[in-house]
Amino acid sequence: MTQRFAWFILVAWLSLVDVLHTQTPQRIVSVIPAVTEILFAIGAGPQVVGVGSHDQFPPEITDLPRIGGLIDPDVEAIIALRPDLVVPYATQGDLVTQLERAGIPLFAYTHGTLRDVLTTIRQLGKRTGHATEAAAVARGIEDDLAAIAGAVSGRRRPPTLLVIAREPYSLRNLVASGGSGFQHDMLALAGGHNVLNGATSRAVQVTTEILLQTAPEVVLEVRAEETLSASEIKKEIATWQFLPSLPAVRNSRVIFLTGSDLVIPGPRIAQAIARFALALHPDAPLPTQ
Amino acid sequence: MRASRRLLASTDEEAVVAPGNRRWSLRRRLTVALSGFGGLAIITLTVAPLLGPTPIGLGRVFDTSIPFADNVDAQIFFIARLPRALAGALVGASLAVAGVVFQALLRNPLATPFTLGVSAGASLGAMLVITLGVPVAVSGIPAVPIASLLGSLGAAGVVYSMATLRHRGLSTTVLLLAGVTLNSFFSAIIMFVQYSADFTQTFQTVRWLMGNLDVSGFQPIVAALPLTGAAFAMFATLPRALNLLTLGSDSAAARGVDVLRTQRVAFLSASLATGAAVSLSGPIGFIGIVIPHLVRLIVGADHRVVMPASACLGAAFLVGCDVVARTIMAPFELPVGVITALTGGPFFLWLLVRRQ
Repeated sequence: MTQRFAWFILVAWLSLVDVLHTQTPQRIVSVIPAVTEILFAIGAGPQVVGVGSHDQFPPEITDLPRIGGLIDPDVEAIIALRPDLVVPYATQGDLVTQLERAGIPLFAYTHGTLRDVLTTIRQLGKRTGHATEAAAVARGIEDDLAAIAGAVSGRRRPPTLLVIAREPYSLRNLVASGGSGFQHDMLALAGGHNVLNGATSRAVQVTTEILLQTAPEVVLEVRAEETLSASEIKKEIATWQFLPSLPAVRNSRVIFLTGSDLVIPGPRIAQAIARFALALHPDAPLPTQ
Repeated sequence: MRASRRLLASTDEEAVVAPGNRRWSLRRRLTVALSGFGGLAIITLTVAPLLGPTPIGLGRVFDTSIPFADNVDAQIFFIARLPRALAGALVGASLAVAGVVFQALLRNPLATPFTLGVSAGASLGAMLVITLGVPVAVSGIPAVPIASLLGSLGAAGVVYSMATLRHRGLSTTVLLLAGVTLNSFFSAIIMFVQYSADFTQTFQTVRWLMGNLDVSGFQPIVAALPLTGAAFAMFATLPRALNLLTLGSDSAAARGVDVLRTQRVAFLSASLATGAAVSLSGPIGFIGIVIPHLVRLIVGADHRVVMPASACLGAAFLVGCDVVARTIMAPFELPVGVITALTGGPFFLWLLVRRQ
């Protein structure tokens, strides 16, 4: 009898803990820029008490405490903020273990495909008590994506190389989007054909030989930094003259875009895809942003 | 003068000829070693551009009826592969000979071209440019190689002045200690720079540190060539003196070697060769220590044979490793440093055990 009672107490306690954990969090810590943006876009901004050190958007986060980033999360600072929900990145194993030990509820997040962005927005909405706003944000993005897809449909999809990083003023150690992940999806939706379609990983180190062999007609370079001056960008584009025979270089179709929206899979992703589409198809009847 | 030179020649001949090769004359050893290792280097250099992730037709490569702009095979051959093979040969030869010279100079078999902080200085220079994005490009040469070259020469300068400051002559002990200390010091700054960099920059710096021979064109090689050429010209004056220096600086001085001058030339040339190599390809480990030992195990310890043989084998080995690195997981490639250590290490150990 006492044993049964003990079991009952235990189950009741566990369900209580469960209920408490699934209650609407009021003190959220977000480690990753994309998540921070999503939280503010769905109206959970006032509940956010700490953000990642590299987060820059939206402007409301300027005065919020910073708690480190992907490689160097500050566990102590996070716990000191007494959060009732932390959203770390899936690969932050140590951080996850420590937060679990501290009994802090977590929301598992990882960068995925374009579709995953919409799923994450909806899930975060449910988890933070903003399901309706989140659904509206997601639907808004879906509408924008449909409009872009419609605008570029039927057009020739130019073989495009989407460059994510390389050594400054040199084509060495060049990293481009492979055939999976949100950046590949962004390029596809914007009406480009990724020349590295065959690669299964998200990011591929591209050698000179692969550049020449895949012969992209358009080179689309994206950089998160918004601080590059026009002359610096011009010089970076001129760097491609090292490979004058590349179709994209011959046809002067090396395009350099800057902005954090281009590399963060958050609520501004439709806007970023529209920029891709405009770069690839300047004459397409794209919806004005 | 003539007498002393004859004395010099006869003593080092006796002193450092490997036991197995005692009966062979220098000329014969040199001919055999050079035709063997040189032949290997030439074969590797010829074959390397033909291999790669993309099948290319040799007929099409040299078909002048197709405009170069439309001839992808020729582009891959002349822009991607040939410069890459040449860069590999240049870097491999430089690092191998620099390893020989540093080992003789420091009289330490564990010395490598990177022992004295030259590569750490180069890495720091490269890190700073990658993370701070310094927009310099001197006459078309991008900023990263220039910064890494300046970093390596700066490090060499610091180590050299340390070793000469308070000693009459050049203290190899201080040289070694200052080099090792500078290495850790620079590594600490590198870590700090990496820590404060953002994610993509950190990734770029890590890739740079792994070494990479994809030079995309002849221009970086041409830029490195004057320095490498100067270093090799100085190397050519060294073998005889290094033979005697390995016996100790007093014995060398007693046999008529200008010890300080030899040490200076050795340090300067090896640092210059290493700096140029690292600025071209990033730090590629293992070659500078294993190739010299491998060559010594095969041809004996005479620097007159060891130095040219090391240059040839270093070139052949790095070019060969690079072929493996870019084909084994095609279309992706492994960092060439992984292959140099993975293939060279076990082979070297096997040779070591077998010889003993």
